[in-house]
Amino acid sequence: MTTGRFGIHGGQYIPETLMNEIKHLEKAYLHYKEVKDFKSELAYLLNNYAGRPSLLYYAEKISRDLGGAKVYFKREDLNHTGSHKINNVLGQVLLAKKMGKTRVIAETGAGQHGVACATAAALLGMECEIFMGKEDTERQKLNVYRMELLGAKVNAVESGTQTLKDAVSETMREWVSRVADTHYVLGSVMGPHPFPMIVRDFQSVISREAKAQILEKEGKLPAAVIACVGGGSNAMGSFYHFIEDKSVKLIGCEAAGLGIETDKHAATIAKGAIGIFHGMKSYFCQNSEGQIAPVYSISAGLDYPGIGPEHAHLHDIGRAEYVPVTDEEAVLAFEYLARTEGIIAAIESSHAVAYAKKIVPNLPKTESVIICLSGRGDKDVASIAKYRGVNLHE
Amino acid sequence: MSKIQNAFKKGKAFIAFLTAGDPDLQTTEELVFEMGKSGADIVELGIPFSDPIAEGPVIQEADVRALASGTTPDKIFEMVERIREKSQIPLVFLTYINPVLKYGYDAFFAKCNEVGIDGIIIPDLPYEERKEVHEFSSKHGIDLIPLVAPTSEDRIKKIAASAEGYLYVVSSLGVTGIRSEIKTDLDSIISVAKEAAKVPLAVGFGINTPEQAAKISKIADGVIVGSAIVKIIAQHGKISAKPVSEYVKKMKEAMI
Repeated sequence: MTTGRFGIHGGQYIPETLMNEIKHLEKAYLHYKEVKDFKSELAYLLNNYAGRPSLLYYAEKISRDLGGAKVYFKREDLNHTGSHKINNVLGQVLLAKKMGKTRVIAETGAGQHGVACATAAALLGMECEIFMGKEDTERQKLNVYRMELLGAKVNAVESGTQTLKDAVSETMREWVSRVADTHYVLGSVMGPHPFPMIVRDFQSVISREAKAQILEKEGKLPAAVIACVGGGSNAMGSFYHFIEDKSVKLIGCEAAGLGIETDKHAATIAKGAIGIFHGMKSYFCQNSEGQIAPVYSISAGLDYPGIGPEHAHLHDIGRAEYVPVTDEEAVLAFEYLARTEGIIAAIESSHAVAYAKKIVPNLPKTESVIICLSGRGDKDVASIAKYRGVNLHE
Repeated sequence: MSKIQNAFKKGKAFIAFLTAGDPDLQTTEELVFEMGKSGADIVELGIPFSDPIAEGPVIQEADVRALASGTTPDKIFEMVERIREKSQIPLVFLTYINPVLKYGYDAFFAKCNEVGIDGIIIPDLPYEERKEVHEFSSKHGIDLIPLVAPTSEDRIKKIAASAEGYLYVVSSLGVTGIRSEIKTDLDSIISVAKEAAKVPLAVGFGINTPEQAAKISKIADGVIVGSAIVKIIAQHGKISAKPVSEYVKKMKEAMI
């Protein structure tokens, strides 16, 4: 097996033009991650700018209502820019700066990663360009303007399905065209090695904190850690430090859209097959000829036909379980969380809450579960209203 | 020596690319035949892919048209069989890795051999990952044609040494598409590659005018043209044979 593998998954399936660059990136990352100044600079930014550590909140009302294990929320939604994306972005943009880059580019689906990237670029004085599917720029106009306020240029991608996968493809094309001064801040645990490793490492702060926090509060490990999965960065970050603790169930919630029995879903593990795309070997939603399938989810952030290679491996070896959650279940959980705990979480994270609602009642009260609230839901209010037949003015 | 390498024996080779099934396979079949008559020495047949990350807009749109017309690898294999009844021009597939993986490496290359495909170019299969494919391409006698790019630097030698059929020298940074000017220092890339390669060197990406073809053919063994041909097909659709042939003739004549 070649470098950067998780079992059979991963690898570096990218055009030759980028090979020296990603080798250079790997070398730079392995170097700087051990450099004291880099580590302290990143820790300073995470603690003083992004607002870490994030809270591990005991949701007492929901726990009582579900009547089973204690429910804890890892509040990544409270980070600066409103999601876990900032953890990875601060690390990568800082790394890019150390590498002598002056410009960063990134894909975005719902706009969370794009906003985080534009934010870090503004803070660290880098030029920034974001690629976003045209359909998503229309669904998320507010985030487009937010990125522009932060000084980034937003490019609407008109190729293919005009959503997240096309934004990734177009950002790769841009990187091939201009690589010397530019770093691609990939937003999830996907793409060619070393990205799945780098993004996982930067996001693993979630489980490092959560593990210490739950041990302090409960005196023992949780029964389960539950997170939503598109590419899988918040889930990988939430799982990582618990992988060695075999008693902790790791559960990733995929977007089942209108249902996995329809063709309107983005449930890669449930319905996908082994493939190679966007630089990695993993599971992908695709047709019988290997054409990447158009996917669907109410959540733009989970609307991706693949999954990170480390998740694919955790699935293969049975260490993590991946379950489909429909739009309807996610919307119900979105509303339930708002009503019960006064938290409007992202529709992405609501997929994890929806699955927790199913399993928590069956777990003993002496146990606990941690759910990653990967982002806040302000961005989703208009689309949830629409889903309920309420048309808010633009 | 492979059939592909033989195509360079008569002088500088003109290598024409088009997307199979754009606008339909019947047109592709006719175009391959006509381009061969007009001076093309090798034809690269693109297998359309939903997400071609190394292509510019012109070939992306060709892929969309080809997929819309129902093109699949099996239908392309059938077309190649028909082409082989009347033409022995060397044929090379250009495909992304996923359709090949999905077909099954062994089955895919066995089929290539059976219908008369001579080589394959896989833009998202760099040197480091070639082994998983090469095992099967070599088993079935299909040349695995690698690419070197302006950023390859210290990688040029090992890639060139691994090349079968020809070495695809990418002229410029970026994706495929017409360029008014090729700015890369091709001379230095080519001189390093030439030393290590046991096969001819062909330059592609951006080339579209007879002047560019003439210039490139002075330093390389072959010139690859894709987007310029695909653009003519986009314009003329099913009745592209004449304008494509005229263009191929003009390009071939410009090369020494």
